[in-house]
Amino acid sequence: MSGRLFLAQRATAAILAFAVAAHLAMIILAERSGLTAGAVLARTHRNAWLLAFYALFVAAASIHAPIGLRNILLEWAGWRGRPLDLAVAGFGLVLLALGLRAAFAVYAA
Amino acid sequence: MSEVLAVSISRGKGERYDEFRVERRESQTVLDVVTEIQREKDETLAYRFACRVGMCGSCAMTVNGRPRWTCRTRVSQAVDAAGRLTLEPLRNLLVIKDLAVDMTPFFDKWRDAKGYFEPGERPPDDFVKVPPSSPQRKAADEGIECINCGICYAACDVVAWREDYLGPAALNRAWTLVNDARDRGQEARLAAVTLETGCQACHTHMSCTDLCPKALEPTYAIAGLKRLALKRALSGKSNAVKP
Amino acid sequence: MIVSRHLRRGFAAALLHRLSGIALAIFLPLHFVALGTALKGADGLEGFLALTRNPLVKTAEWGLVTALALHLALGLRLMAIELLAWRERSAAVVPGAIAAAVAVGLLFLLNAS
Repeated sequence: MSGRLFLAQRATAAILAFAVAAHLAMIILAERSGLTAGAVLARTHRNAWLLAFYALFVAAASIHAPIGLRNILLEWAGWRGRPLDLAVAGFGLVLLALGLRAAFAVYAA
Repeated sequence: MSEVLAVSISRGKGERYDEFRVERRESQTVLDVVTEIQREKDETLAYRFACRVGMCGSCAMTVNGRPRWTCRTRVSQAVDAAGRLTLEPLRNLLVIKDLAVDMTPFFDKWRDAKGYFEPGERPPDDFVKVPPSSPQRKAADEGIECINCGICYAACDVVAWREDYLGPAALNRAWTLVNDARDRGQEARLAAVTLETGCQACHTHMSCTDLCPKALEPTYAIAGLKRLALKRALSGKSNAVKP
Repeated sequence: MIVSRHLRRGFAAALLHRLSGIALAIFLPLHFVALGTALKGADGLEGFLALTRNPLVKTAEWGLVTALALHLALGLRLMAIELLAWRERSAAVVPGAIAAAVAVGLLFLLNAS
């Protein structure tokens, strides 16, 4: 990766460290109170803070995951150059789109 | 201790293994074994050694799956559970013949990482003061004992996965020079080691650090370069991704 | 790969980190799609969540929570080595990180309805 990609990966990793820790805690707490859709959505409904949190979470993951996958495809599958960059960038965009949609879905529902 | 040692040696360019039987002796090193085989059993066997006392690194080869100096490896340490020894050339380098490999790419990467002192265009007006206890000098001192034997390079999985990776030895050497206050080539060196094929490619497997016979720690030297790479990217200087 | 009597800690850590990352990369889009069913209202999400009561799915969920915790734990170790110039001197760090991740997974499993 270039210096900028490396920085992006490490910076998003730092953000994700906090986000994932919080998310894991939320998952386990949500489980304890029974994971029905109603219970989940009651928490997230019109919750602007959670929306902001999930949006940040999704954005960070959409940068972090493709860069990691890029290394794997390069080292283990022998991909190189434009096809590799386009494929992982595409994956990142898919993650971003689906993720923001999901974050909005639990906010608006 | 069984009296006979079974030795399997990779021959040619790795197309076959030849079997030998050698008398087991106390305190025998792997170099003793391969030398005995070449002198008394098969004079066509090609292998390298020089100092035979653990100072030059020429004898490095793969012994039962691990890259080691044969002169500093006791047979008793290295034999597998079945009491056999398998000798192969160093990994990640082209085999010239039998146990001798072409070290050219290894040295080329040393050069490509700017692992050499750059004095600059003109001599400085005054000596650069280098306190031995300064953090930079300590960091440099940790890595300067490298004798470029190639064991870390052979051990590195990332080198195996992508042959353009500069490798632990080259990057370790670059780190010692990055910390050399007298050197005038820092910008070019940082640009060289923060290419895609530089320090970023290290995944901290730590095989280099585990296996370095001089107990150097290239992993942490490379980590130092990674920190510099991040600072460099933050300040806006960055290399384009290599095609 | 360097053959060794013991699987090298650094390699094991890197391999687990990478494999857990791949698992998460595969799972994440599915997770987002599942949550997106909430757009159909609570019934849409409930319908999907009903599927997840299936024990096979619960096992997959447990695997993914463990993968996430593992990727985080090993990632923190990596960040410490790279950014904080930390030297790993104890053989217990990698096994410790893995154990912590497994513990989080178990916590998830124990609380599963």
